[in-house]
Amino acid sequence: MAIFVNENTKVLVQGLTGGQGRFHGLRNRDYGTQVVAGVTPGKAGQDVEGIPMYDTVDAAVAATGATASFIAVPPKAAPAAILEAARAGIGFIVCITEGVPAQDEARVFATLQRDFPKTRLLGPNCPGIISPGKCNIGITAGEIAALPTKSGPNVGIVSRSGTLTYQALYELKQLKIGVSTCVGIGGDPVPGTSFVDCLAEFQSDPETHAIIMIGEIGGSAEEEAAEFIMTHVTKPMSAYIAGVTAPAGKKMGHAGAIVSGGKGTAQGKMDALRSAGVKIGLNPTEACELMAQIVLGL
Amino acid sequence: MDLFEYQGKQYFARYDIAVSAGGVALTVDEAVKQAELAQYPVVIKAQVQVGGRGKAGGIKLANNADEVRTHAKNILGMDIKGHIVKRIWVEHASDIDQEYYASFTLDRSAKRHLLMLSAQGGVEIEQVAVTDPTAIVKLYVNPIEGLSFDSARRAVVDARISEKAVDGVAAMLVKLYECFTKGDCDLAEINPLILKPNGEVHALDAKVTLDDNAAFRHPEWDEYRATEELDEREKLAREKNLQYIGLDGTVGIIANGAGLAMSTLDVVNQVGGQAANFLDIGGGANAELMTSALEVINSDTKVKSIFINIFGGITRGDEVAKGIVEAMKRVKLRAPIVIRLDGTNAKEGREIIANAGIAESQLISRATMLEAARVAVELAGKN
Repeated sequence: MAIFVNENTKVLVQGLTGGQGRFHGLRNRDYGTQVVAGVTPGKAGQDVEGIPMYDTVDAAVAATGATASFIAVPPKAAPAAILEAARAGIGFIVCITEGVPAQDEARVFATLQRDFPKTRLLGPNCPGIISPGKCNIGITAGEIAALPTKSGPNVGIVSRSGTLTYQALYELKQLKIGVSTCVGIGGDPVPGTSFVDCLAEFQSDPETHAIIMIGEIGGSAEEEAAEFIMTHVTKPMSAYIAGVTAPAGKKMGHAGAIVSGGKGTAQGKMDALRSAGVKIGLNPTEACELMAQIVLGL
Repeated sequence: MDLFEYQGKQYFARYDIAVSAGGVALTVDEAVKQAELAQYPVVIKAQVQVGGRGKAGGIKLANNADEVRTHAKNILGMDIKGHIVKRIWVEHASDIDQEYYASFTLDRSAKRHLLMLSAQGGVEIEQVAVTDPTAIVKLYVNPIEGLSFDSARRAVVDARISEKAVDGVAAMLVKLYECFTKGDCDLAEINPLILKPNGEVHALDAKVTLDDNAAFRHPEWDEYRATEELDEREKLAREKNLQYIGLDGTVGIIANGAGLAMSTLDVVNQVGGQAANFLDIGGGANAELMTSALEVINSDTKVKSIFINIFGGITRGDEVAKGIVEAMKRVKLRAPIVIRLDGTNAKEGREIIANAGIAESQLISRATMLEAARVAVELAGKN
């Protein structure tokens, strides 16, 4: 088991002929992911190192039975690409594109909710998802992720930041702790998949025994996660929140990482999670060390 | 990007939102010219991106050219909470019957647009939220349905805004919503939104924050960018296309990834230091990028040590190390570097750094974030 993606996930790449799409799409395939198709208008009939190209997501799905899409197209094209995938019946969409306007994200999210409630969008502006040994969609370096063990305990990771996710994966590997799935939900204001969505999945995944959550300043997703944890999550958790020292009113690299009107501070998020019983590390390493202690006790 | 009031008003005017006749002035003479055009009496308003300018003496009424000269002279160059006034906005003074508050933002938790409306305008809305929360009406708008006149009107009635202003305010809200959505704002706020004795509704102030991600479809934003208040370091960083935010500390920071960069600031603080900046060089971290980053950090005279925090993922640690060594040949640095290299091929990377022939007083390598932060903070204290 794993959440959202596994060895049976068949992936098509929208934008496989672009620089990013090609680089990461081929890496994902090398990792063992079933990358079955690429989509770029006008490229039907061609192939990218053996991966067949199609003009539309519809055609790619009809020919290959793809169930997931990896979107690596520029910000202007991303909203239409997401909706095209949803219309074609894709159930899981990963959009790594950085720089999509917030208004577009809000409209795409509302459209998915109304017209395609069964489609899950991860991102935009996210590193992607990896179920180690099974499926890797996005920009994570697969080799830094430890495989889950049959007997466990295995840890699930959910994070708003790319590099901090890799950091967590890497440290868990050093500590010889297996990972069931690692989800990067991304740093934008309207992420398609939230902490709560991932926590719910991890809670019901028999292969996940504990969860690490990595948040950052801005918005209230961590506070909502804390509320959810109190009532719905029984698996032990550790967490880290980045941005304790971030000045108010500045976007810290991610479009969504901003403290405004005194809201969205790291301190508030840490307090909320702590009162939900989550162990808080003051840096990513500490959060992983806390997880190592948790895992020892399982 | 935050707009000045006058830019916000110009932006509003694009969406047919009523604002006072007026113009911007950089000198006393220009202020007089703008006053004549707007017709007396006029209000002279300091253009700064900080609240409380009225209390600081940055807003004055003038009835003739002499008064304009006096006030404009006082206000231009004034220091309001560390912001120096470079521009003033001169507009025809409005007769005010009542003052309201209206704003649109994106509510991240609901993933909907949020209208906040109150019959209590002209004061800080955060203050109203504390003293009289029921005075603020909140309306969530589905981004794919938009805001109709009828639902805007219901919100206005709910906010207990005077009957004679209901239709005018509702129409204004529909226009403000259009500005917020089509104009790609993170925030579009009118405070106060005024009712004049003649029954007209009109925006007396404008607070607009634009979504930088939407700049590609708004060529008209270029002129706003030109007036953005950046310090020298931030200007240089923008030229070099780096994600940089200037801060006040002594430890220069370079990290790959926004989360890691934020985390680096936190760790430096945790061990008793203060970061001089936030700088995310992204996943690539090659010699070119590293050179640009070091040049920007080097331009900050407060920097006493530099902490480079890199996690090698797809970009391997050995490639990053080569990039740093190469960049150090190109930039003559004033402060020593402490590097923490972790992740893929970190060991090989550390070896490259150790064998680069650079003195330990200039380039120190540490295995963990915390250790590296300690050394960097210690060096910043010494230098």
